[in-house]
Amino acid sequence: MSSDKTFRVLLFTAALIIPIIAGGIIYSLTADSYDALRHFGFLRFLFSSEWSYTDGAESYGALPFITGTLLTTALALLFCIPFSLPVALFVGEYYKGTKLAATLSTVTDLLAGIPSIIYGLWGFYTLRPIIIWLGISDEGSGILTASLVLAIMIVPYAASLSAEFIKMVPNELKEGAYSLGATRLEVIRKVVMPVAGPGIFSAYILAIGRALGETMTVTMLIGNTNNMPSSLTCTGNTMASIIANQFGEAEGLRLSSLIAIALMLFLITAVINMIGKILIKRARIA
Amino acid sequence: MKKTLSIALSFMAAAMALTSCNNSNQKADATATVTRESVELSGAGATFPLPFYNVIFEEFGDVNGDEVAYGGIGSGGGVRNLKDGIVDFCGSDAFLSDEEMLEMPAVVHVPTCMGAVVLAYNLPDVKDLVLSGDVVADIFAGKITTWNDPRIVTLNKDAKLPSDKIIPTYRSDGSGTTFVFTDYLSKVSKEWAETYGCGKSVNFPVGQAAKGNPGVAGVISQTKNSIGYVGSEYAFAQGIDYAALINSNGETVKPTAESISAAASGEIPADTRCSITNSDAKGAYPISTFTWIIIYKEQNYSNRSLTQAQATLDLLNYVISDKAQKMTSAVNYAPLPAKAVELSKANLATVTYDGKTIAQ
Repeated sequence: MSSDKTFRVLLFTAALIIPIIAGGIIYSLTADSYDALRHFGFLRFLFSSEWSYTDGAESYGALPFITGTLLTTALALLFCIPFSLPVALFVGEYYKGTKLAATLSTVTDLLAGIPSIIYGLWGFYTLRPIIIWLGISDEGSGILTASLVLAIMIVPYAASLSAEFIKMVPNELKEGAYSLGATRLEVIRKVVMPVAGPGIFSAYILAIGRALGETMTVTMLIGNTNNMPSSLTCTGNTMASIIANQFGEAEGLRLSSLIAIALMLFLITAVINMIGKILIKRARIA
Repeated sequence: MKKTLSIALSFMAAAMALTSCNNSNQKADATATVTRESVELSGAGATFPLPFYNVIFEEFGDVNGDEVAYGGIGSGGGVRNLKDGIVDFCGSDAFLSDEEMLEMPAVVHVPTCMGAVVLAYNLPDVKDLVLSGDVVADIFAGKITTWNDPRIVTLNKDAKLPSDKIIPTYRSDGSGTTFVFTDYLSKVSKEWAETYGCGKSVNFPVGQAAKGNPGVAGVISQTKNSIGYVGSEYAFAQGIDYAALINSNGETVKPTAESISAAASGEIPADTRCSITNSDAKGAYPISTFTWIIIYKEQNYSNRSLTQAQATLDLLNYVISDKAQKMTSAVNYAPLPAKAVELSKANLATVTYDGKTIAQ
């Protein structure tokens, strides 16, 4: 067999392994969550806010955790915009190509490389006492605390990709606007944003994908209670954190319920990432 | 083959790989009392006694040349592994219920050491907090909400209790510690028993939760006015402030090795399956517990050899021996009372291989 052929075989095998693993994950998640979904019914599992361990009358519903995940993600996104958008404009437009911009973007990217446990510890030892001191919540832990740290974690994802799209706005368009007498702010609002908009949007979608599945940091900061969140400062659980908390000792119906939550999280994250990828492709073509 | 395969698949794969590398039969030279070949034993289960097991299993290995691997995967996981027949023994913080025992072949429970659940708190101005069972139950039920509640003040007349809100902290993961704690609350408060009950996971109505003893202890040390329950072995090692409790005799008792052992000085059933929380023994700390190792009464399963069965018994006899029990306090546990050791010896003598008793 020629070395070329060997290489091709190796390449195909390696490339095949990944889809097989992904398929295996989906299969085992579906198979293992079947018990819970059949016992409770899909809709009841989705919309029940009860998470009760009582022997013989076990009842598990995913709603508090889906709510927790959506709340922390939405808040994190909200808090992240005022930091990531200015960084993106700074790097991609105002100081494009300067050393200052390069430094700022390196520092921002550095944030992406910090392990999530470090964010968790920082949040636990630094941010949480501040929240208590400010009197925002007695516990200190909660949806708000988790969201604030999540926001910092997703800034680099949103900022660097947004900056790329802002850089890609054709100079001719901007020069045209300036020659018509537009100010810098007007150029950004009327030219840069509309052109780079879809790309920036997709950058945030990918950042959401990251926030949805974040586990360690959230588990350390959210308070891990199984109630339906009644306010933004109260404690709760996300889909990822309930799995991290309870997987170890769970069996039977509870184990199956946790896997059903994992399946839902998998699907939500997959769909969000897919939307992000499609939008990026479109933005690049335009 | 099936056995090795399933072990490799279990969580203990890493631990097994690590320990089997340096497995050496030449250690058998050191064997003074045992004449059998040295073997590898594997167990899995409760994390609560893990520090104790780490110490004595290594000591046992040094004496007998056997390798003992124990995976701290939680009591539930340990029992599951024993049911699957992939371990020689399992560790559990809770004894098997009658229903559970019906689902599997006959087993023998051997208590290995004792521990307690302590109430750790963060009140910088209060050094020796005293609480009673009903007060603890009402704090965790959200009925007593401030530190200067008259019921707490009556128990602590000289203490400078703040008027701040109490922040209860509990375990977010399923845990034997939660089981023992809620078992106690269910005994001292009828309302607790009816509303929340006892179990490894319980839906506490107030406060916040954290994972593991380190998680709860961490939250307490970082949160003023908080209170939570922590395994004694962890609290003693970390030097956290913890409360004294009023036991069912009306004595105010701090958790210590003596007061924990005292909790088991009363009646114990022959199979040692009993809860000793809220013990009426003199000087007993009320939230004390045994932790058990569970093995099958008939040791010939999953193609295990007679030597392996003998080694399992040697190990358990070693764990309840005076020598091993003396080591409990070094790792912050309490030793078994003589009665429990006596009963365990009798129970171990009934263990069989192919229906025949095993020479010990």
